[in-house]
Amino acid sequence: MAASRPNQLFRNMAAKIAAIPMIVTALVVFVGGTLWTVAYSFTKSRLLPKWDLVGLDQYERLWGTRRWLVSIENLFIYGVCMLVLSLVIGFILAALLDQKIRYESAFRTILLYPFALSFIVTGLVWQWILNPEFGVQNIVRSLGFESFTFDPLYNAKIAIYGILIAGLWQGSGLIMVLMLAGLRGIDQEIWKASRVDGIPAWKTYVFIIIPMMRPVFVTTLVIIASGIVKVYDLVVAQTSGGPGIATEMPAKYVYDYMFGGQNLGQGFAASTMMLLAVAVVIIPWAMLEFGGRKRGT
Amino acid sequence: MGHNKTPAAMPEITLASRGMVDGPSGPKPTKRLSRRNIMIYGILIVVSLYYLVPLYVMIVTSLKGMPEIRLGNIFAPPVEITFEPWVKAWAEACTGLNCDGLSRGFWNSVRITIPSVLASIAIASVNGYALANWRFKGADIFFTILIFGAFIPYQVMLYPIVIMLREIGLYGTLWGLVIVHTIFGMPILTLLFRNYFTSLPEELFKAARVDGAGFWGIYFRIMLPMSLPIFVVAMILQVTGIWNDFLFGVVYTKPEVYPMTVQLNNIVNSTQGVKEYNVNMAATLLTGLVPLAIYFVSGKLFVRGIAAGAVKG
Repeated sequence: MAASRPNQLFRNMAAKIAAIPMIVTALVVFVGGTLWTVAYSFTKSRLLPKWDLVGLDQYERLWGTRRWLVSIENLFIYGVCMLVLSLVIGFILAALLDQKIRYESAFRTILLYPFALSFIVTGLVWQWILNPEFGVQNIVRSLGFESFTFDPLYNAKIAIYGILIAGLWQGSGLIMVLMLAGLRGIDQEIWKASRVDGIPAWKTYVFIIIPMMRPVFVTTLVIIASGIVKVYDLVVAQTSGGPGIATEMPAKYVYDYMFGGQNLGQGFAASTMMLLAVAVVIIPWAMLEFGGRKRGT
Repeated sequence: MGHNKTPAAMPEITLASRGMVDGPSGPKPTKRLSRRNIMIYGILIVVSLYYLVPLYVMIVTSLKGMPEIRLGNIFAPPVEITFEPWVKAWAEACTGLNCDGLSRGFWNSVRITIPSVLASIAIASVNGYALANWRFKGADIFFTILIFGAFIPYQVMLYPIVIMLREIGLYGTLWGLVIVHTIFGMPILTLLFRNYFTSLPEELFKAARVDGAGFWGIYFRIMLPMSLPIFVVAMILQVTGIWNDFLFGVVYTKPEVYPMTVQLNNIVNSTQGVKEYNVNMAATLLTGLVPLAIYFVSGKLFVRGIAAGAVKG
């Protein structure tokens, strides 16, 4: 590797030129764009961005808007359920697949295929399956349970769980794959030792394997969490935020105000809040993961 | 399930003896249908069926006529198979005033996906190569920013990019969207390529340097030919990702160049007219067909792609 001597601006020139797209993307789009949005969230931009500072007005309005509060509540319910359930389901499925079973790859293929599909396709399929007139509710009723009700997409109280069902179907396969990779990384000697000691398998999982897989869990958690904040297409396809505003999400709020409502300031403020939410998850993780120790490349 | 007398079907023993190929592991001869096995396979089969239901429902619904849908249940196989809904979804379904079906969206998606995939992979592979083999001062800082950028919610950057694209006159066009996909594909792909190139033996690079090969010479003659698998992984990742994108499509393009996902959503969720569920499901299936085909054909490589995307740098 080229020894880096000082005052050699032109050394490595080709590499520097080749890295220009990366540098531009990192600095202009990611850093510049983010700062721009944050800065303009303090203005009263409406149809067009206008540098007309109004302090925290947009944020006050944002947190006084019912739709935003509902969005946050939905994101919270969806997020917590999604995190917990996809981790639990993903881990259990991975543990089952890790039992040296036959047809493992067939099972894995089936469990992961929804992940290849877009949120739009996912949302539309589940919209159809959960359709009370034709879907699950209708089937159960026709089996004789006349009063059976299961209409998550038409009942504002439980609509968000309809989205959750679809989200889990689409995303839990990915978690299963990550967990399976984690399980495969466990030294088999551990299993041998615990067998010798006569520890039951579930105890080995709970007290030995899962603590050993901490890094995998943390990474997976970050992946799920950063995916949850972005939830947009799924809701658009499945319910369009309805019934009423029962399934609104922050990402949809941003889009609707920026490109539909011609109220840019609200959109900027809302997206800044989303950024804040992600930062709360990412920064501690990054400090935990990269802080303290110097990483060689 | 016909799992015969393979020892592999016995999890209790094999779990313990895994990795003991050399030792006398001596599993007891066992019943092939132990209670434990029945439970494991039972759960996996039930869960698999659950995961398959939506695909099945899509297929059967898309092959039924509307009268049959109104009468029957969505899980019943079609009594009378018709391909009418598929034809209609492809060539006649309406979005707004246009009634030329999903085919337009399909071709738009093709015209968006191909250049986006090529551009993003070309740029990211060169970036990754520069980062792995030609490290210059400050490179790691930009790379770190890039990786953190992958976590920033897209919503934060949506509008600044609108302004940038408007400035260069590409807002609302197909090429504008190509640029956006190239930008947002960069973090993950650069990481993928950087890690791969770093894993190649450094002697190769040094030998080529000694022989007088330059930046591009080494890239094209040594790195590229040695890295075909990772290029395939990147391609799978990008084709499915870009094909499935909705947000960027709806923000940065106009109705004439809407990608397939956006058009699909407009067709199915349009409020006018009678809902034709069979056409809707045929359209949904059509849109899902490309990533599904890639998924089923590529198998392990697909998994490798998403695993690479998930694993930290």
